[in-house]
Amino acid sequence: MALDIAYFSWVRERMGVGGETVDIPESIGDVAALVAWLATRDDRGALAFAEPHRIRAAIDGVMMGPDAPLSGAREIALFPPVTGG
Amino acid sequence: MIRVLIRSSAIDVPAELDLHDAGGHGASASFIGRVRGDDGLAELFLEHHPEMTATGLADLGHAAADRWKLSALTLIHRVGAMVPGETIVLVLASSPHRAEALAACEFLIDRLKTDVMLWKRETFADGRTRWVEPREGDHGRAERWEQPVGGG
Repeated sequence: MALDIAYFSWVRERMGVGGETVDIPESIGDVAALVAWLATRDDRGALAFAEPHRIRAAIDGVMMGPDAPLSGAREIALFPPVTGG
Repeated sequence: MIRVLIRSSAIDVPAELDLHDAGGHGASASFIGRVRGDDGLAELFLEHHPEMTATGLADLGHAAADRWKLSALTLIHRVGAMVPGETIVLVLASSPHRAEALAACEFLIDRLKTDVMLWKRETFADGRTRWVEPREGDHGRAERWEQPVGGG
């Protein structure tokens, strides 16, 4: 399944790109599984996603938890907890 | 009047205050967050998500307007690179009565810390950079608003 993934903050820096289209295995069903898969895919993923508890996600512009399903998603954003204000 | 903006250039606080005040309000509360030059900070960079940051700010503004009787609300957040002393965020909340203006202002600044897609990166005079980590306590302050709080 092809999925657009956008990265922000230090996740973006460690991945080296702001976003990419990734062909993910059909077995990857939710956000947590995607993060775990990205962490094993290559060195930059290992660096960016070594601590899954520090990763937040939004699917098509809506904040989602780790157990949110990926089915029907067009874009998923992965990023650390926000620090605005 | 609800005025919610993301700006990549300086926030003109006096001009915004004049604009906000144009209607005349019984009580106005303000919060101005500025870049601190701690530890030799040279630059603060605010990264944002073009759509989600705008949506998040607008949602916060509407949540405040739904919760308190506000006669005007201004919520402006800077993004991009800035230097110590510059304004990062401006919150102006007005109401006929002080309790609602103060509560709305505090609600907005607490929730900005946890609900809106913004990330701070610090660059120091010696060239070091670091992404700011959320502070313990920010979520506690934000979650207080899940419960009814006085003035609501």
